[in-house]
Amino acid sequence: MNRKRNTRLALVPCVAAVLLLNFPLILVWDRDVTVAGLPLLPVALFGIWAVLIALVALIGEARPVRRRPDGG
Amino acid sequence: MSAPLILGLSFGYLLLLFAVAAIAERRAAAGRSLIDNGLVYGLSLGVYCTAWTYFGSVGQAAKSGVWFLPTYLGPMLAMLLAGVVVLRMIRIARTYRITSIADFIASRYGKSPLLAALVTLITVVGILPYIALQLEAVSTGYALMTAAPAGEAAPAYGATAWWRDTALYVALALAAFTILFGTRHLDTAERHEGMVAAIAFESVVKLAAFLAVGVFVTWGLFAGPADIWARAQQVPELRDLGRLGAGSGAGGFAHAQWFAMILLATLSVLLLPRQFQMMVVECVDERHLKRAAWVFPAYLFLINLFVLPIAIGGELYFGAAPVNADTFVLLLPLAEGARALALLVYVGGLSAATAMLIVETVAVSTMVCNDLVMPALFRWRGFGARAGGELTGLLLNIRRVSIVAILLLGYVYFRVAGGAHELVSIGLISFAAVAQFAPALLGGMYWKGGTRLGALGGLTGGFVVWAYTLMLPSFARSGWISADFVAHGPWRLDLLAPEALFGVAGLDNITHALFWSLLVNIGLYVGLSLWRAPGARETSQALLFVDIMKRHHDGGEAPVFWRGRARIADLRALSVRVLGTERGGVLFAGGAEVAAGGALADARLVDRVERRLAGAVGSASARVLVASVVEEEALGLDDVIAILHEATELRAANEKLKSLDQLKDDFISSVTHELRTPLTSIRALSELMLDTPDMDDAQRDAFLRIVVAESERLSRLVNQVLDMAKLESGQAEWQNSDVDLRALIVSSIGAMGALFAERGTEVVADLPASVPPVRADADRLTQVLLNLLSNAAKFVPEGRGRIDVTLTVGARHLEVRVRDNGPGVPPADRAHVFDRFRQGGDALTRPSGTGLGLPISRRIVNHLGGEMWLEPDAGGGACFGFRLPLPAAPEAAEAGRTEQ
Repeated sequence: MNRKRNTRLALVPCVAAVLLLNFPLILVWDRDVTVAGLPLLPVALFGIWAVLIALVALIGEARPVRRRPDGG
Repeated sequence: MSAPLILGLSFGYLLLLFAVAAIAERRAAAGRSLIDNGLVYGLSLGVYCTAWTYFGSVGQAAKSGVWFLPTYLGPMLAMLLAGVVVLRMIRIARTYRITSIADFIASRYGKSPLLAALVTLITVVGILPYIALQLEAVSTGYALMTAAPAGEAAPAYGATAWWRDTALYVALALAAFTILFGTRHLDTAERHEGMVAAIAFESVVKLAAFLAVGVFVTWGLFAGPADIWARAQQVPELRDLGRLGAGSGAGGFAHAQWFAMILLATLSVLLLPRQFQMMVVECVDERHLKRAAWVFPAYLFLINLFVLPIAIGGELYFGAAPVNADTFVLLLPLAEGARALALLVYVGGLSAATAMLIVETVAVSTMVCNDLVMPALFRWRGFGARAGGELTGLLLNIRRVSIVAILLLGYVYFRVAGGAHELVSIGLISFAAVAQFAPALLGGMYWKGGTRLGALGGLTGGFVVWAYTLMLPSFARSGWISADFVAHGPWRLDLLAPEALFGVAGLDNITHALFWSLLVNIGLYVGLSLWRAPGARETSQALLFVDIMKRHHDGGEAPVFWRGRARIADLRALSVRVLGTERGGVLFAGGAEVAAGGALADARLVDRVERRLAGAVGSASARVLVASVVEEEALGLDDVIAILHEATELRAANEKLKSLDQLKDDFISSVTHELRTPLTSIRALSELMLDTPDMDDAQRDAFLRIVVAESERLSRLVNQVLDMAKLESGQAEWQNSDVDLRALIVSSIGAMGALFAERGTEVVADLPASVPPVRADADRLTQVLLNLLSNAAKFVPEGRGRIDVTLTVGARHLEVRVRDNGPGVPPADRAHVFDRFRQGGDALTRPSGTGLGLPISRRIVNHLGGEMWLEPDAGGGACFGFRLPLPAAPEAAEAGRTEQ
């Protein structure tokens, strides 16, 4: 049960990434605006990318939470 | 720069690679593996970045802005699924010793040699342009480095005579490297330590070089990225590079293309032969995947960081001069006279190309050897499995020849077709080819219903469409076939135009080809799979593949789908022949004496031998080899299901045994623990009295009383344990008779009257005037009642305790309830009150008892055909109840019924 739930949880960042990096959400960034002198679109894409990497790193490097064995 | 310098540098770099690989091999032999960690594993996945990334990304960014990114965002998506998809691939490959993608697909669909050959063929055809592209990049890099300073334009492709062509020598040197480190062992399931270390090293080199040139362009030639962008705003052609519409012409966003590129990259990072090799076959430990899942995307992130600045900076720098943007990384330092940096960048490009060439040729040569050449040889008469002679050397030589052949074929392709397209479009054609494996491979891992026929149909269909919509038009662009064919289709049938099939226009050629090929592929795969039921072997392999995670989770062994007769001696001879004397013999623990006796092998040994052989020659060939030396029964679908059923039953039985064993251990340890407590106090007090002859009588009296009480407890405990053992083993004697439960309750309460009076407990019995008799052992039933009553008595508060005993008559049974007004059973303990030695309350406060009373009572009631329970919600206090069946005489029960 727990394993299935974990599998489903693992899908969440992936689905989020698919949505964030695709049409139509990507159009949010597609405008003639600069951030600190840089065009918004590449900055946003690299930004989303960096956040995703950080997310995977956080999940992957976190020590597995030791569940107390059940029982009374 | 001078040609000898560049040549020396190139070969010096290759020598360095040799050194890295050699050190890694030596470390591995000493048991201190260099590659056994997540970081190196993650870096080795950087083989994804080839010359295409190194040179081509900049070219693409110069033309269309952020459109170079989907190729690197795809792997990010794939890595987000690493724990789900890649882990599964690794476990399957590890368990069944799968060493290539062809083997993976063939093995899944019943170890089909035909499927393995088809996948290999698609791979070779699809990957050759990609190999050519790497050679072209190396050759271009060399030409640029050796060109006269003034000559900015790259020399025409193929202008040099072939014997003076660096690409040829690079190809040959790489063949030598690959042969040395890629074909050392036969069994590719044993990793290529040296090769992986070298590839990880190359990843570092190309990243460092690319970052160096990025920093040089951004802060050396310009005043930072903002400066580059500010200047680009002045140039109309560059202004749009920060937008999605760049490069697509009309300014609109071709979202289908964006999506297709990401999908293509996601699939490629899983399915390209070199990625499969590095990610799945060379994976030392699946735990490394967690780190690699972010190291690899972070690597891609870094290597792409400066692509846009270099591209835009290059465009600004060269302005109107006709310079191919693919070569900006080299030309910018060269034009500025930064010789050392240019050399570093050249080496970086070399490393990007060589890494790809090495791993790709190892992977593809394994496929060619195991899935094309060996099956053909096995079919050849005189080369059957029973023929003598070791195959080890032959297999390795076949691989070596295929490595040279693949590289030379790539070289020929480069000489013939080179220069026709930009790097990017060639790479994408290869990506689209390997994407055809996705339905069969990914589908096969999750869907048991996929069949061999479906996979064959899907792959063939997808490949044909791929060739028609991508390969032919690329030939047309090279001028080998008429361009009219692409524009208007064969026989001027516009509907069949390769780049606008059935009039589907408005998509770029890659998206168009990907759509049609995957549509046909998936359609045929699913359709044909559903059309014909799979055979026995396909079914069994499907079960083994799809259930891999479940088995891993349960720790169970996979069932072996094999029946027949096999002599150990034959199997031994076969494995020695294929794997060599030393490695082949290891499988047979018994040694030669067992083998000599003509003993028979069990299914598990046959399976082990077959898997071992699969690591060397591929699962399809291993199947043929094993089948040739044993007599096997052809399994039907029923047999497969029967074996699976057996395995499941066996596992269930094993688990039950294991849990029984555990129970017994727990029981013994609890019993000894329970025995020790009274024993300790008896012993301590006795010793004390023995040591103190002048103890006063009152004290001695009190001590003796405790000793007697504890002894009683001990004998009670021993009796109960014996009782429990008897009940459990079914050896208890039962003297059943017609019992009047009402009378039994009254007498039990009477028997305990003294105890209740002592503690000031009130007992209220709510009993009907008369009840029908039940068939039971009166003494046992009294035991149950006394136990429930004494239990209740123990927990009620002193002085104001109250115990309610009710007896009700139902249609088919009698029910007894004993309710007290004590603290009740805490929710956490409710599930365990009937377990042995589980007493209510914690160890300090709980009243004395053996912890066996309730379990024994329940067993007695169960034996009498009734049941015992703890009322789920007794509203303060605990309420235990039990129910005994009435003999089948409904009228009698009805007559005696009394409503409450």
